[in-house]
Amino acid sequence: MRETINFLLAGVGGQGTILASNVLANVGLAAGYQVKQAEVHGMSQRGGSVISHVRWGRAIHSPLIAAGEVDAYLAFEKAEALRHLNQLRPGALAVINLRAIKPVTVTSGGEPYPDDDRLFAAVAQVTDRAVYVDAGAIALGLGNVRVENAVLLGALSALMEREGWIGSEILPDEWIVQITQRVPAKYAALNRQAFEAGRWEVGRA
Amino acid sequence: MIRILSGNEAAARGAWEAGAAVASAYPGTPSTEILEEFARLPGVYAEWATNEKVAVDVAIGAAYAGRRAFASMKHVGLNVAADAFMYASMTGIEAGLVIITADDPGMHSSQNEQDNRTFAKFARVPCLEPADSQEAKDLMIAAFDLSEQFDTPVLYRMTTRICHSSSPVKLGNRIERPLKQERFPRHPAKYVMVPAHARVRHPLIEERVRKLAEFAETFPWNRIELRETHLGIITAGVAYQYAREVFPHASVLKLGMTWPLPEPLIRRFAASVERLIVLEELDPFIEEAVRLMGIAAEGKSIFPRIGELDPRSVREAAIAAGLLPASARVPAPQVDVGPLPVRPPVLCPGCPHRSTFYVLNKLKVPVMGDIGCYSLGLTPPLSAMHTIGCMGAGISVAHGAAKAGNRERQVAVIGDSTFFHTGLPALLNVVYNQSPVITIIMDNRVTGMTGHQDNPGTGRTAQGKAAPVVEIEPIVRALGVQHVKTIAAYDVAEIERTLKEFMRLDQPAVLITREPCALLPEARERWHALEVASDKCNGCGLCFRLGCPAILKSDELDERYRRPKALIDGTLCTGCGVCAEVCPREAIGEATEQ
Repeated sequence: MRETINFLLAGVGGQGTILASNVLANVGLAAGYQVKQAEVHGMSQRGGSVISHVRWGRAIHSPLIAAGEVDAYLAFEKAEALRHLNQLRPGALAVINLRAIKPVTVTSGGEPYPDDDRLFAAVAQVTDRAVYVDAGAIALGLGNVRVENAVLLGALSALMEREGWIGSEILPDEWIVQITQRVPAKYAALNRQAFEAGRWEVGRA
Repeated sequence: MIRILSGNEAAARGAWEAGAAVASAYPGTPSTEILEEFARLPGVYAEWATNEKVAVDVAIGAAYAGRRAFASMKHVGLNVAADAFMYASMTGIEAGLVIITADDPGMHSSQNEQDNRTFAKFARVPCLEPADSQEAKDLMIAAFDLSEQFDTPVLYRMTTRICHSSSPVKLGNRIERPLKQERFPRHPAKYVMVPAHARVRHPLIEERVRKLAEFAETFPWNRIELRETHLGIITAGVAYQYAREVFPHASVLKLGMTWPLPEPLIRRFAASVERLIVLEELDPFIEEAVRLMGIAAEGKSIFPRIGELDPRSVREAAIAAGLLPASARVPAPQVDVGPLPVRPPVLCPGCPHRSTFYVLNKLKVPVMGDIGCYSLGLTPPLSAMHTIGCMGAGISVAHGAAKAGNRERQVAVIGDSTFFHTGLPALLNVVYNQSPVITIIMDNRVTGMTGHQDNPGTGRTAQGKAAPVVEIEPIVRALGVQHVKTIAAYDVAEIERTLKEFMRLDQPAVLITREPCALLPEARERWHALEVASDKCNGCGLCFRLGCPAILKSDELDERYRRPKALIDGTLCTGCGVCAEVCPREAIGEATEQ
């Protein structure tokens, strides 16, 4: 087990970022870590940026992570992925959703939206351990775009396993239990499928 | 059992375990979830009050009657409730009374970042400050005990970072506390604050402060953590966590009670360390008190007085002051990510407020706003908001501007819940003192901005019980307003016609625009996307002036004018039809079945 893992989740209101961070915090607690979680979501209902900090560790004090100390990045949207990139520790793990949610400033205001090449180039300057997942498309393929957060959590769990950050103390089932108890019962199976699809994207079943 | 709880949930849980039976609150970020959580717990009464002053009076009444009670609010809510808070300090209580203030350093969702610890000193009552969720629960229980032990209300001060951070909490059982006495206390010398009684009470209050300061000495949440002695830090609340994070080897005096302060304890701590600093968010509240004791301490000469602290800002300030070596700095990447689109908060697709702001922008009148979602009428392209101060301010600011001789037609906009909160007396004043202010009450049938809390207009209480649906128009008429009209909020033409008619009058007038918030479940059921017939659209751009996130600029240009046509995002559109109304070419209509 690592001493501490600092997670930063960044997305847009309505993407299920808060639910994902609740899942992460509880998975950490179940694995025997101390955990803290901080949400910044004042205007999330209105399409604003949503940021959540989750920290696992033997002893955790600050609920906020200092810039440059993010160990694992879960970015739900491409522009948001870029926005908080400089919070990462060099070499951090990153799961980046290839989903664009264009704000009104772009769609009718004429502001530019970053293209994928800019995203890939910037991320590559910070870490070579980034995984890109088209979670929105995968979720839509499964029947509901709202399970994209489960896809991303699946990818994150697999990436953490691949890098040796977590082992037998946190099995995929623990994540699935934490996800399914937070969604309506009729969506439990769909969320499990989405989580597994996310793991598959990182090459782990 | 251990559960991960937010600070707000933990505070509610603490009140419940302490046997609190009555709670009253007005919603306000970051405090809202305290009452929401408490209302879900068994065996309690919880209500949304019409404003914070009412909430505090209600809690005081319950505490006089002999049940533990609390009122919760955001920091600026305590300004509204200050009158009640101050007399409660004078009278004391029968059963425990806690007033929860949720301060907002950094102004994540507030008009200022006032530090409400000053209110505790002002009112001569103890101030407790939790530093994480476990403490939020434990200190709440301590607050009720303290309240009864010293016959005082307790100010329980949280901050956004404590309210909205989560960490594990060990749950305990509730201790039931029945009414302390069957009869309401007949004790006028204590509870009737006429001058003759108040003069007798004041010395007792000062004596209470002296005893509280003594008690603070042994209060278990005021503790010295002795480590290396080259640096000592006095700290409280979330700043304690940053102190531990940034100065892991320093000695710490961690205060759970930040007023009154334990002077001998502070002196002992100061004597045991070489350099003494105070780390606190916002005002130098502890620092000034420590320095008044004649103890040399640094605080705001090192750390920012403005905004929210975080580990990075604390570390940078410490390096600049020589408390830490430059090597303590954790370098963050400095990658150029290029220009990124901002995501300003905007009125949602289908928001019933949009049409009115579109018309107000067109009429070019001065608009005095208020606190709620409709503050977003400020943002371009609607740009129809010229003042916002506090809850209920708009109507009276408009009245004052009219009385000053401003010849423009003053318009005030206010939401339904804010009207119930403090708009009522302001509108009555307009009627009584006669100014031609046009008040628009934007009635979206719910308290919107804070996340759909119930209010007197919703027909439901905080605990889900049926309540009378209070209608606004009869209230307005009863206040004496002669010109009142209620219009469906999506009816752009009728809103414009009515406002123009009101502008020709020289009397107070009230327009009520009524339509449920588009995000309410019953409104969602009616959603059906519209679409643009691109052969009819000539890119005139009128619909873009609505600032609706569902209306996009298409890549397709109008052949004649070479300007982008409109396109509707069917996943966002609710079908409110406001854009169809403003479209001069009837190019927007119901989506055709595929």
